[in-house]
Amino acid sequence: MSFQPIRLVSVAATTCVLAFSAHAADEVTGAGSSFAAPIYAKWADLYNKATGNKINYQSVGSGAGIKQINAKTVDFGASDMPLKDEELASSGLVQFPTCVGGVVPVINIAGLKPGQLKLTGAILGDIYVGKITKWNDAAITALNPGVALPDAVISTVHRADGSGTSFIFTNYLSKANAEWKAKVGEGTAVNWPANGVGGKGNEGVSQYVQRLPNSIGYVEYAYAKQNKMNYVQLKNQAGSFVEPVEGAFKAAAAGADWSKSYYQVLTDEPGKDSWPITGATFVLLHKVQDKPAQGTAVVKFFDWSFANGDKAAGELDYVTLPEAVKAQIRKTWDSSLKDAAGKAIALK
Amino acid sequence: MAATLPAEPTLSTAKDSVTEPVGGPPERRHNAPWGDALFSLLAHAAAWLTLAILAGIIGSLIVGALPAMREFGISFLWHSDWDPVQDHYGGLAMIYGTLATSFIALLIAVPVSFGIALFLTEMSPSWLKRPLGVAIELLAGVPSIVYGMWGLTVFGPILATWVEQPLQSVFGNVPVLGTLFSGPPVGIGILCAGIILAIMIIPFIASVMRDVFEVTPPMLKESAYGLGSTTWEVVYKVVLPFTKTGVIGGIMLGLGRALGETMAVTFVIGNQSQLSQLTLFNAANTITSVLANEFAEAEGLHRSALLYLALVLFVITFIVLSLAKVLLMRLQRGEGKKS
Repeated sequence: MSFQPIRLVSVAATTCVLAFSAHAADEVTGAGSSFAAPIYAKWADLYNKATGNKINYQSVGSGAGIKQINAKTVDFGASDMPLKDEELASSGLVQFPTCVGGVVPVINIAGLKPGQLKLTGAILGDIYVGKITKWNDAAITALNPGVALPDAVISTVHRADGSGTSFIFTNYLSKANAEWKAKVGEGTAVNWPANGVGGKGNEGVSQYVQRLPNSIGYVEYAYAKQNKMNYVQLKNQAGSFVEPVEGAFKAAAAGADWSKSYYQVLTDEPGKDSWPITGATFVLLHKVQDKPAQGTAVVKFFDWSFANGDKAAGELDYVTLPEAVKAQIRKTWDSSLKDAAGKAIALK
Repeated sequence: MAATLPAEPTLSTAKDSVTEPVGGPPERRHNAPWGDALFSLLAHAAAWLTLAILAGIIGSLIVGALPAMREFGISFLWHSDWDPVQDHYGGLAMIYGTLATSFIALLIAVPVSFGIALFLTEMSPSWLKRPLGVAIELLAGVPSIVYGMWGLTVFGPILATWVEQPLQSVFGNVPVLGTLFSGPPVGIGILCAGIILAIMIIPFIASVMRDVFEVTPPMLKESAYGLGSTTWEVVYKVVLPFTKTGVIGGIMLGLGRALGETMAVTFVIGNQSQLSQLTLFNAANTITSVLANEFAEAEGLHRSALLYLALVLFVITFIVLSLAKVLLMRLQRGEGKKS
């Protein structure tokens, strides 16, 4: 990481601190998603330097984040799994995405280079459900002519802990493989079919994949990239094989229709460049803000981060939202956040 | 134990030679008349606090587990499907995993610890006693996650190539052993977890055994040696009967640790809730590993089922301790009779 952005920011900070000094007492707490924790912490740090306002974020997991925002112990909750519109309505919450992440299947087959193996969602489902048990299965070799695939039993690795990553992955498998949908389904934790092993966290899965020859697992995109893991190419809805790169996640996020609902699981999205196992991470706010000042502070933080945080996000291998989606989220803030009297809260 | 030690004879003889002090005894000074009362209060409070905490834990576990208890009842204990998507839970796979790994651990750890303690107290040259004793105590202080990582990255592959694969190729077709040794021989699963647990509890059991072996009065041992007993006979007929409470206590301490160990087991057991085959090589789950993995993100009935499992672990530990007590009582009743 270079020092240049920090210097730039500190210049900005001196000017901003003067401008915002009236609001310097704002202190906001949020809790939830551990996937989003590094970027929220980074944004909070930059934001603090720029404006003097403090954001405390507790990385307690998505489920706990939802619980805490419902109990109003925090000013915002964060979850990797979007809440359905009915759930939002019944608990009086609004949600909006902040970052896009993807899930990347990673393999450990001797002699294969990253991206050399091509798979489809249906095959991935068959592997995880235990129908395809060997790497030289006809379905796999047909997709990969010229690739030497071993006559070896596939060990599948999954997340043992409940996680948004598993949710996105199983959601994709449910869309791509009917048998998976019927037998297992989707969720942050599912009843994984036999003969697999479960690792705790991205690092647990990656350790098992590296330990077990001829294994396949799935990890968060940033984790796979930083650890240079042996990823596969996947066939997307448009029929083209794509590699897990930043542009492919952005394409998936752009392809989604955010205008009606933010309940979007970005798996199997249209678009010829879209990575099929993409998902966003979300922030939850109460529609009716008992303490409007806190609500304003949260919105201001994310507004600032959307405007200034893309570079920091890129450095941490997070994929930021397309500008059009950001603009729409800003509109959502304006229209849906109210104070106890029902008046729209001041966001500026 | 202290009662059986010879009383110290020197005190009374020494007293006689001292001249009587002049004047009465000095008056007892009451600097802090409330001191005793406060101390007694604190001591009582500490004892009651422990009980209150225990009751509180049991109470909150029961309250948390109540929805799952209502939903699945006692059949939770013998159903093995754990399906968060359908919200249907049974704890057998984890209960089995917990008991199987702890059983393997004890099977290995008890004889080895006994050997260590025996060697240290009866056979070791005195220059080796101290370093060896310290080394064992150091092992007890290694954080469990270190055992877990070592087990996964170093021990697992060795176990897979040198133990599991040969066992599978030799016993693969033998009826019972074949099933026991089936499954993917990758060094992740019940066997690996059991062995790692054994390594973890050996220091505890061994150091307790050594300490209790050492308090055996030398007179008893020397008498037995004097009658021509071998080392084994002395240990088996003198030391063990004399120290059985301590030995069983040490084993229970180890078992308690094995039942409750979380981090190391989570690393090497594979975290897969299933009970399709009773094999030692398959990935499995223990109660603690599933709690560690799933609790943070669990909601509603799922969370309740996890708390139910925690309660089951509590009960298992309680049963184990009670069994140990019963065993001790039976042993004590048999005391004094001819064996």
